[in-house]
Amino acid sequence: MSAGEIRVAISSDQDIVGARQRGRSLAAELGFSAADATLIATAISELARNIVSYARRGEIKLQRVQNSVRHGIMVIAWDDGPGIPDVRQALRDGFSTSGSLGLGLPGVRRLMDEFEITSQPGRGTTVTVKKWRS
Amino acid sequence: MEVPILKQGKFLIATIQAALSDADLENLRRGLVQQVVRFRSLGVIVDVTSMDVMDSFASRTLREIAHMIRLRGAETVIVGIQPEVALAMVQLGLTLEDVATALDLEEGLDYLNTKFKTLD
Repeated sequence: MSAGEIRVAISSDQDIVGARQRGRSLAAELGFSAADATLIATAISELARNIVSYARRGEIKLQRVQNSVRHGIMVIAWDDGPGIPDVRQALRDGFSTSGSLGLGLPGVRRLMDEFEITSQPGRGTTVTVKKWRS
Repeated sequence: MEVPILKQGKFLIATIQAALSDADLENLRRGLVQQVVRFRSLGVIVDVTSMDVMDSFASRTLREIAHMIRLRGAETVIVGIQPEVALAMVQLGLTLEDVATALDLEEGLDYLNTKFKTLD
């Protein structure tokens, strides 16, 4: 069991592949089903893609989380890019979920159990998602 | 990671064998369109059985491949989308819209054969 966190620097499309593969193996290690591991890997892929598309560089942090009753995986996607001017709009379905412009945050939200975003124009964006083991 | 493209009669078969980066997917798109022109192919099968993640970029690129090839007058079938990948795609809100899909390579070939037989 890896106790610590895994950090993956994101600055290219190759890093997107790397991040989701690391996420999938951590999910498997934590006992997630293959189906859940795929949902997690897909969410990581989208989050890493947003970093590359909007901020050029950033980081994906993967770690095990636990509360009183269960454990799961937490993914933090961080960048210090331009930020999202209107987070509420970005979370609305239909706002570039087609992939043409990336983002797809409502989709990521559906793939995971918990979703949190903070973004400041000019300062960057942090998206934190969790999935619990069922 | 380059995707091999196999010519089988009037059809082309591209089998994705490993995780693909965006650049790999773009190369696949370029390669397939070139080969369709070169061989005057009627149909293309893209086998995605080994793809463990289909994110927004991958599904958009597959859609573009199918649309570009349709403009050439040929047909594309995506085969082998894994059940968990399909689930993730649905949750993400991704569709392949009007792109033909089939269970596996065999079904994909059946689809194309039937389609082009009726044209005779």
